[in-house]
Amino acid sequence: MGMRNAAAAVAPRDSGRRRGIRTHLPTSPWLFLAPGLLVVGGFSLYPFLSTVAHSFTDARTLRAGRFTGGANYQEMLHDPMFWTGLRNSVLYVLGVVPPLVVLPLLLALLVRRSVPGIAFFRAAFYLPVVASVVVVGLIWVWLLDDRGLINALLEVLGFGRAGFLSDPWLLLLSAMAVTVWKGLGYYMIIYLAALAQVPRELHEACAVDGAGPVRRFLTVTVPAVRATMVLVAALSAVNAFKVFSEVYLMAGAAGGPGGEDTTLVMLVQQAGTGLSGRVGYASALSVVVFVLTLGLMLSVLRANRGEDR
Amino acid sequence: MTGAAGRRRRAAGWSLAARYLLLLAVLALTVGPFLWQLSTSLKGPGEDIYRFPPSLLPHHPTLANYAEVARVIPVWDFALNSLKVAAANVLTNCAGAALAGYALARLRFRGRRVAVVVFIMAMLVPVESIMIAQFMTLRQLQLHNTLLGVVLPGCIGAMNVLLMRNAFAALPYEVEEAAFVDGASAWQRFVRIALPSVKGTLAVVAVFAFMGAWDDFLWPLIVLNDQSKFTLTVGLNYLHGTFADNQRLVAAGSVIAVLPLIVLFAGLQRYFFRGVGEGAVKG
Repeated sequence: MGMRNAAAAVAPRDSGRRRGIRTHLPTSPWLFLAPGLLVVGGFSLYPFLSTVAHSFTDARTLRAGRFTGGANYQEMLHDPMFWTGLRNSVLYVLGVVPPLVVLPLLLALLVRRSVPGIAFFRAAFYLPVVASVVVVGLIWVWLLDDRGLINALLEVLGFGRAGFLSDPWLLLLSAMAVTVWKGLGYYMIIYLAALAQVPRELHEACAVDGAGPVRRFLTVTVPAVRATMVLVAALSAVNAFKVFSEVYLMAGAAGGPGGEDTTLVMLVQQAGTGLSGRVGYASALSVVVFVLTLGLMLSVLRANRGEDR
Repeated sequence: MTGAAGRRRRAAGWSLAARYLLLLAVLALTVGPFLWQLSTSLKGPGEDIYRFPPSLLPHHPTLANYAEVARVIPVWDFALNSLKVAAANVLTNCAGAALAGYALARLRFRGRRVAVVVFIMAMLVPVESIMIAQFMTLRQLQLHNTLLGVVLPGCIGAMNVLLMRNAFAALPYEVEEAAFVDGASAWQRFVRIALPSVKGTLAVVAVFAFMGAWDDFLWPLIVLNDQSKFTLTVGLNYLHGTFADNQRLVAAGSVIAVLPLIVLFAGLQRYFFRGVGEGAVKG
């Protein structure tokens, strides 16, 4: 919005100086940058600093806070919900990352060769990425319902019905499965780009040597796309740690029975929103989310560098 | 010799058949759930949606559930709100990111490197960890519970700025240099020469800005409380919470929410795929 004005301001001023060479007005580049810097500064960097600052106060939504030192962090350590949230967010990373590193790679190998109709399959496999997480969540809530399709199938097969949406552990697992299902296509495309860089001759040489598909996968494909696997691990780990919507939709706003399925970001949302929101405490939780997310990303990337040596 | 060749050809035929079989299996897994939702939304009250074996096709397809969902919640208003938010997000991101990206890639000035670092740092801050503070800022601006408040924090994404910067930086210098010697201003070079050459990246930014805004849930959930201002995702969540027992209605609502994006995806598929690659390299 402000960008329109900035753009209008640049045009006449500069065209008036058409004659001069190298007459960048010192302000002109900053007019190009102004909208972006304003938004990013005002809605990313400033909120970050104010989050850190708030985390040391007892601020609420409608009341400025007083400095309370590390009280919020201390309270967090004694808050069982914090530990539940942290446990679930960590479990989410552990549950979601391995399948999201491996399955999309297999999928990419499957759609890699251009056989007739492959473009359709690639697009179809990407469909869950395009859909909103809310739509995806509701689709699976219906499929996993006590009287839904999957339970009916399980019953016919003689396994009996499972409380996918009522048992706290099954709920968390179901949410993880939905996250994996929704992410497959995205990481498949990343792997496809990486596989295109692997020289064909490598595979052929290996096939001539009589190596089977599994051997070829482990000795040729995996080493060739290892850097991409690390990238996928880092991306999916960061996203998994910040999980909110899948669990919120499937388990409800309170995080399932007894709040057992609450994740860290759900806690931030619960604590910090509403008219009586505890902004100070929610900010402390946010700082923890930030530190752990960044730490997770760096440690995955570093693990990769360590292996290279 | 011919026997060996024939055997090899037959083996290739089998492996191709196995490949298609696997493709179809995965297809059923990825697209099947969408079709089941669509099928449920088309089943009338006279049809048992819980029966097994399931009827994959509705016996008497009806649009009654769509009319009903529009009766119990203002679903078309929600759709319009989503459209407004998404359209605004596309416009501001394309314009803002192109302007800033051009300055970072092509204009020389003191502080350029600092500006790049600012955008990189902003990209690294997870939205989830600053959303409470963003909400406080919106309250101070009296923009909470407005669609403008939904759009504002993400209206120029740092990552889009860096994507545009890379796109501009990859253009050959010569043409712009010639224009510079001819006395074209930075603004003229930007609009006439540089911008038309990065249409592809601009399309990627547009597509992802649209999808991001249309699909977003957590942020609009925090900002909006008035039902009249809900976007589709928040409205669907409300529908699910209030009419959880009526699967047909929830199904109809989710079809309304996902259909526009499927159409967009069908038309602009390559920009969706290209964006994944470029985003991954950056992220």
